[in-house]
Amino acid sequence: MSLALVLVPLVVALAAGLLPWERARHLMVPLGGALHLGLVIAALAAGGEPSALGGWIVLDKLGRIVLPLVSGLYFVCSLYVPAYLGLRRDRPSRIFCAALLAFLGMMTLIILSHHLGLMWVALEANTLATAPLLYFNRNPRSLEATWKYLLIGAVGIALALLGSFFLAYAGLHAGQASSLLVEDLVRDAPLLSKPWLHTAFVVLLVGYGTKMGLAPMHTWKPDAYGEAPGLVGALLAGGLTSCAFLALLRFYQICAAAGDGAFARELMVAIGLLSMAVAGVFMARQRDYKRMLAYSSVEHMGILVIGIGLGGLAAFGALLHLVVNALTKGAMFLAAANIHRAYDSKTIDGVSGALRRVPASGAIFLAGFFAATGSPPFGPFISEITILRGAIEGGRYGIAAAFLVLLFVVFVGMGGTVLAVVQGEPRKDLADTGFHDRLGTYGPPLVLLAAVLVLGVWVPPAMDGALRDATHFLEGGP
Amino acid sequence: MFAVVDPLLVLILMLNFLLLGTSRLRTAISTSALQGALLGAVTIGLHATPALRPIAVGGAAALIKGLLIPGMLHRAMRDAAIRREIEPYVGFVPSLVLGAVATGAAVLFADRLPLAAEHQGSLLVPASLATVLTGFIILTTRKKAITQVVGYLVLENGIFIMGLTLHDAMPSLVEVGVLLDLLVAIFVIGIVINHINREFASLDVARLDTLRE
Repeated sequence: MSLALVLVPLVVALAAGLLPWERARHLMVPLGGALHLGLVIAALAAGGEPSALGGWIVLDKLGRIVLPLVSGLYFVCSLYVPAYLGLRRDRPSRIFCAALLAFLGMMTLIILSHHLGLMWVALEANTLATAPLLYFNRNPRSLEATWKYLLIGAVGIALALLGSFFLAYAGLHAGQASSLLVEDLVRDAPLLSKPWLHTAFVVLLVGYGTKMGLAPMHTWKPDAYGEAPGLVGALLAGGLTSCAFLALLRFYQICAAAGDGAFARELMVAIGLLSMAVAGVFMARQRDYKRMLAYSSVEHMGILVIGIGLGGLAAFGALLHLVVNALTKGAMFLAAANIHRAYDSKTIDGVSGALRRVPASGAIFLAGFFAATGSPPFGPFISEITILRGAIEGGRYGIAAAFLVLLFVVFVGMGGTVLAVVQGEPRKDLADTGFHDRLGTYGPPLVLLAAVLVLGVWVPPAMDGALRDATHFLEGGP
Repeated sequence: MFAVVDPLLVLILMLNFLLLGTSRLRTAISTSALQGALLGAVTIGLHATPALRPIAVGGAAALIKGLLIPGMLHRAMRDAAIRREIEPYVGFVPSLVLGAVATGAAVLFADRLPLAAEHQGSLLVPASLATVLTGFIILTTRKKAITQVVGYLVLENGIFIMGLTLHDAMPSLVEVGVLLDLLVAIFVIGIVINHINREFASLDVARLDTLRE
């Protein structure tokens, strides 16, 4: 059952790679997404913690949050694929479709892996599957973005492996049978050698933090998100970064079980605040609205690790934020892709008055901005307030104040670019790109935005329970 | 058993300095190849009695790191018709000094880490850290795409040395992971290098600077 979650997307990927008919190939992506979502719902409904491969693959309490999130986001984004590729007939789609589906399979494997080696291999495979997605436009700019993504990503992955070795050595030094299974490591955590564990966590934070896009390892992000199709940006910013965050949570769990949680938490708060600050600085007067979204992603990754670093109520807020941020990013990237198509420009020099030219996409982009900056009544408002409450209840007033100030800085910086995109009149000298809002292009981001809105007003009891279970599990509970 | 391995590790550390100090791409690629081949020897030398598994892993490492990948890089270099790393971001003498500082720091830091009984007095951990740091220095201070790939390979070599400390305890998956990683990463990077060459008529990543703030 849990193995099928990984294999089904890969089989569909193979089919998409072999199909000779273009239109049918485009439909394979939503088909793979729908099958995957169906399997995920069935697995969740069945309850328990299904496992496979002798405990190497387990759907645990954290997976119960991230897997439905990634699968749901992927499914909605996959509905965008046929309309998008229909507009880009000039580009070959065979490798793109196959890589998109393999990407889903590898994200699932990262989420389900309870063996640190397997998780690392899945991350590596995921990075490779991303390369053709970034290089879709086949121009010098996308090549440059792909090169930076691969090189920085490869270094991040290499460090993640080194950190895993350190972690294994911490166990070896303690004279235990070296194991890379999360269960074993958590159980034997109090025995692990402290100096090795500390070194391992720092290296792992840098390695997996590179994949998450935490500052100062975020430099691939603006280039990759700026040059990749918006659809790919949505999946990277909403899906892959969530998976990398989950990987980091597993190491945090081991640290916490070893009685070293405080060390890990302080590091995460520091790197989180730095990420928010870097995002705030680079978002100000950003002319390229897709790069702006990339910096927004850096900011939100920072918020996630700050929440985990503060612990308790804030950790609950961080897991909720993981969900709402992924959905918001999906909506904004797809809306940005529509605006990009409608104007054939991704800077505010060429784009203005999106609310007039593409009313639906422009409105979603604007609403997405309010959601991403934590304005009520959207989901991120609730999650960010929860993290803030956690900080204040924990007596961390300095961090709470810095958090608020940085949120405000980001709001102002991002607002300038977003308002320039949506307001005013479209330039008169613009050529007609032939792109207009259609259900196929504005429907998917609208669904995601609606979900963000609903979660801001009402968190379903089942989800609330799952989030509480996951927070408890993360901090050392059963 | 360290009687065989430690001299090899010292040799690997010396090659780090050759890599930092050379401007010729051919020398850099060949040096990283020699380093890879030595790693294969270290893998086999770590075991007093010859066993099948270390020989297989060591042989595969030597083949991939010492022959296959350098061969691909040599070809990429010929295709691109470049021979030298000219004007790196940090000059060759300063990078040698940086490398010396990094090696010293690695030895000091490794000294503070407690070692398992079987690794007492071995150079494995300091050599690993020093090689990782050398890879970092090359990656961040050089301009040519090929030199950056060499830097990445040196980084990987350092990680491989760390993996050797776990050789008996780790599942084979991770061993395979190291080799597979190299193979596939270079395969993809190789493709990108070819495209960079075609698009920019140069393998100078300093020309990849359209995307900046």
